[in-house]
Amino acid sequence: MWPMIETGAWVLSGLFALHMVWDWYKTDTTYSEDVLTSSREGEIEAMVEQHKLNG
Amino acid sequence: MMANTDITSKTMDGMGPHGTKVGLLRVLGPAHVWALGVGIVLVGEYMGWNFAVGKGGAYAALIACWFAGILYSCVAMIDSEVTSTVAAAGGQYTQAKHIVGPLMAFNVGLYLVFAYTMLEAGNAITLGYLISVAADMTGATEPLDQRPFIILAIMFLAWLNYRGVLATLTFNLIITAFAFCAILVLFFASAPWSEGSMLAHGELMSGQAALPYGWLGVLAAMHFGLWFYLGIEGTTQAAEEVRSPARALPFGTLAGIMTLLIAATLTWYICVGYLPWEYLGDGVNGAVAPLFSAAQMTGSDALIIILGFGTLFATLASANGCINDASRAWFSMGRDHYLPQWFGAVHPQYRTPYRSIIFLVPIALIFALGAPLDQVITFSILSGLLGYTFMPINVILFRRKWPLDTIKRGYEHPFHPIPAILLIALCSVTYFAVFLGYGTQLIAMVSFYIVVSLWFHFWRYRFVKRADQFTMPWPKPRGY
Repeated sequence: MWPMIETGAWVLSGLFALHMVWDWYKTDTTYSEDVLTSSREGEIEAMVEQHKLNG
Repeated sequence: MMANTDITSKTMDGMGPHGTKVGLLRVLGPAHVWALGVGIVLVGEYMGWNFAVGKGGAYAALIACWFAGILYSCVAMIDSEVTSTVAAAGGQYTQAKHIVGPLMAFNVGLYLVFAYTMLEAGNAITLGYLISVAADMTGATEPLDQRPFIILAIMFLAWLNYRGVLATLTFNLIITAFAFCAILVLFFASAPWSEGSMLAHGELMSGQAALPYGWLGVLAAMHFGLWFYLGIEGTTQAAEEVRSPARALPFGTLAGIMTLLIAATLTWYICVGYLPWEYLGDGVNGAVAPLFSAAQMTGSDALIIILGFGTLFATLASANGCINDASRAWFSMGRDHYLPQWFGAVHPQYRTPYRSIIFLVPIALIFALGAPLDQVITFSILSGLLGYTFMPINVILFRRKWPLDTIKRGYEHPFHPIPAILLIALCSVTYFAVFLGYGTQLIAMVSFYIVVSLWFHFWRYRFVKRADQFTMPWPKPRGY
């Protein structure tokens, strides 16, 4: 049983890694660097409030 | 002036927009903060602290446990006050940036990243070991290859962190609560108030076993006393993702240290009552996972299973919290250009610092697969200790530059400056204790931080846009 679990762990590790790398590539090619790195400290609560007003 | 910096306000947080299009998401509550802090630490109750028993016996471990408890209560109180005003990711790094200066901030940021990434690697190594023990106990005929389990733990948790902070810390809340309750279950099942209890403190702690190496043993045990609480300061990294920083951060942090004081004392009490100090104190060939060993002593299959899962969950929770914290610290340094700005990116859908999370995965893997556990953990502890030394300096400067009437705090810690002085005194004792056991590593690590400080001062600092890194509307510090 344990050899199968070992193999399963290798496969799952690969899948998690591939998913992250694929999503990373997709995100970086879809959005501009200006958007992705636009975060500034102390920003977020204001954004949430705006979201609530719009919603 | 006060209105602009009132972080406890329910209608505004005093933070104006500065062009953020995609930022971290404020979705966490106090329970998540508790889960982050306690989750990182609780593995220290399940394994590691018992080296203190090996250094000085059971009583020395208790003294170390409570002295370290005082140290960390100071840490929790100081952190709660400062971070309730600095509601930004990066924790102590961001505090240092605002209160002390850029070079201190750069160093503190690195302490945080190394302390958490090394601890994550240590947890992954431990998890691989636990799986191999489980394989042995279930009758595996060949030795288990631990590597796929070490890699899977890091990959799965990194993936979870990548996908969103709410699921990550809700997961931590569940497994941390289970691990804490497992300690309570073992305590109540041991029924210390009952005549028929199997606990044998009288026999195991009398005579030569009381303080086998005298008071020097107590001093040496201090190093491992940290293990009971190391990482509680990690709650501050959630500052930019909690719904109400001024309330949730102090509440989660202080509830966390109270939980740990209870868990640490119960752990000590249970383990020294079941296991002789010579066996308990040998964390390599003796009690590797002392709570699990204590459960085995009860002979109850149910307790063995509960404590087995408790050990596993505590290890996972710690690694999970470490990925969360290390990535936030790295992200914040990138956002401020202390590191390449590329690391300061936020995922537009998951709202996590995804590049920082991915970047730290191979580093954790290299240490988890290629370095011995004790070296990895020592590097983590020493980086943490340097961080604790910064905290008293930080809070004294904070109170001096921004007295209580200039910035409203979500929590004001009592008896200032006594906790700060106590913390610096206890840090000094711990440095001496660490020097006795790991002098070479201490010198090597301090040398490393001096070299990177020179690099930052003479090269990297030119890229930092000095005005851009301060976007919180704090008043000018007193005297400037």
